Amino acid sequence: MPTQKTIAATGNTVVAEAMRQCAPDMMAAYPITPQTTIVEEFAGFVAKGRVHTEYITVESEHSAMSACVGASAAGARVMTATSSQGLALMWEELHIASGMRLPIVMANANRALSAPINIHCDHSDIMGARDTGWITLFAETAQEAYDNTIMAIRIAEHPDVLLPTMSCLDGFITTHSIDRVCIMDDETVTGFVGQYTPKNALLDIENPVTHGAFAGLGGPFFEFKKSQREAIERSRAVIKDVGAEFSELSGRPFGMVETWGMEDADVAIVVIGSTAGNVRHVARQMRESGIKAGVVKIRCFRPFPYAELAAALSGVKAVAVMDRAESFGAEGGPLFLEVRSALYDATERIPVIDYIYGLGGSDVRLELIETVLNDLSEIAAGAQAPTGLVYLGSR
Amino acid sequence: MANLKELTHREDRLEGGHRLCAGCGASVAVRQVLLGAGVEPVVVGCATGCLEVSTTIYPYSSWKTPFIHNAFENSAATISGVEAAFKGLKAAGKIPADKKIKFVAFGGDGGTYDIGLQSLSGAMERGHDMVYVCYDNGAYMNTGIQRSSATPKGAWATTSQVGAAQQGKQQRRKDLTQIMAAHNIPYVAQASISHWKDLTTKAEKAFAVEGPAFLNVFAPCPRGWRIPFDTTVEIAKSAVQTGYWPLYEVEDGVWRQTVKVMNRKPVVEFLKPQGRFKHLFASGNEALLEEIQADVDLQWDRLQARFSCS
Repeated sequence: MPTQKTIAATGNTVVAEAMRQCAPDMMAAYPITPQTTIVEEFAGFVAKGRVHTEYITVESEHSAMSACVGASAAGARVMTATSSQGLALMWEELHIASGMRLPIVMANANRALSAPINIHCDHSDIMGARDTGWITLFAETAQEAYDNTIMAIRIAEHPDVLLPTMSCLDGFITTHSIDRVCIMDDETVTGFVGQYTPKNALLDIENPVTHGAFAGLGGPFFEFKKSQREAIERSRAVIKDVGAEFSELSGRPFGMVETWGMEDADVAIVVIGSTAGNVRHVARQMRESGIKAGVVKIRCFRPFPYAELAAALSGVKAVAVMDRAESFGAEGGPLFLEVRSALYDATERIPVIDYIYGLGGSDVRLELIETVLNDLSEIAAGAQAPTGLVYLGSR
Repeated sequence: MANLKELTHREDRLEGGHRLCAGCGASVAVRQVLLGAGVEPVVVGCATGCLEVSTTIYPYSSWKTPFIHNAFENSAATISGVEAAFKGLKAAGKIPADKKIKFVAFGGDGGTYDIGLQSLSGAMERGHDMVYVCYDNGAYMNTGIQRSSATPKGAWATTSQVGAAQQGKQQRRKDLTQIMAAHNIPYVAQASISHWKDLTTKAEKAFAVEGPAFLNVFAPCPRGWRIPFDTTVEIAKSAVQTGYWPLYEVEDGVWRQTVKVMNRKPVVEFLKPQGRFKHLFASGNEALLEEIQADVDLQWDRLQARFSCS
């Protein structure tokens, strides 16, 4: 296994480091809390001459993604980062990037969307963008944010995939907390990500192509969308392979879902992002008091790991889904809808309860997670499951 | 600068057979601008609009040069990204350092004066080596003749209609060329498809400078202006001769009139043939016509003062 260096750094620092090691040809940068330090740290690499990247400081996130679309179509390896309102401002371009099959890699510092304005963590930004056609990876820790950023390049640029990929980390909790992170050496990362060989590059002057053509008037719009679906379905195998290869190099396992205690669990919590650590901690404690708790963490939200999730949850008696985003008017939050759908074909009907928590960075205290596991334990023993979603920790 | 004979030997990068209307000023503007690029390769970007939808109906394309359409408001940002990629790929050694490619972004007045102004301003400020060309036909023609900030005062449009309560557009048009000059970029010019030599010369200069350049090209729309399709060039010429659309350039901060207008004609000569101004000639609207003339005079005088200063 190649040597790795263990450092103490924030999530944003190691995302910037991963980006430097991936050596993008172009980066578009625009500041937004809590993403800003990613593009600031990268600006430092540019100033010191440590990257060859053409770094452009655009005047909005809309232009950031617009310029990334142009650069990626030109044939460059392209990266950027954003958060919250910035991601929302990019929304139109997110669809265009995936529709034009451009393997742009972006970090998103998960943050609540206005109004009211709030700069802290929740998943409303990324969940609002969940149908934009981007492959979406989530990190629990700074380490995972580092690893996901590097894997994202390989996944996005894979000839069977060619889809933009987002690497999400929780605003402030992961972006700004100092964590212990193993960093690979530059040569290892360079070798792992390889060179990007674009198809139909705009800058291939001898073979002119038209990008972004009009497919209306009875044109093949529908078929383009179908091929996009086929590509993201193909990405499942690629994500698995890239994850396996990365695990070999790093010694850190990667799967679309990560399970803890699921071998014999009676009750389980499904969670995304930084909260998973607290959930595991409480689950471990509750096991000492006799509650057989398990945890399923989602590392890849798009494509959604339906089969993996159904397999992981088979045999449990009650499931709690921790949603850090609302889907107003729906039966529950976005993750709940996916989890219930994943369990639809299960032979046993498992009660699934949705807990909306942590909106706008509101605290997720350990005792709150305890109440979830206690609820589940009672439901597993035959108590009536609550109807409708539960707000966890709201005043 | 190339003469007409030389220009006729240059390759047309926008092929015929596209679906733009007969008499469309946009395609004339594009062809004249691209002739100005000479023999060097050009990557073209285009905002959503008539030009884009009519030339790239999948699986066909009229573009014999690399082309990208992204969305409506971001033609400038998109081409700035292509240009940045070119620099980055050169820095990576993936493209030879001596390779030369020109970059040009097109947008209509809706995509430039209005929704794309921020993207344009940002790209120009960042100093990308690119040319931005606005083909100005004074309204959102692709969506069906809605008023833009380039629509002249008094003009009928589907969102600035004529009736008892209002006589067409109520506001003056925005002066985008001067806004772009205020960016202090190396080259800014206002041109018209009626003056091909002036336009291709300006395009040559725009492509030749290192850094950003902006061209605002007057490109009539027979559908929107309610004029016969064989009068496109005539009406554009009239805009120049009446002083409605002065032809000038701002080169490294020096303002210069490129086509002198002797005996400037009254603006009604430009307005009268156009159906979109028909109501202005009904009795009771004399004051409005006078106001339009006074405004053209005022803008003309202010511009002349800039020419004499520099």
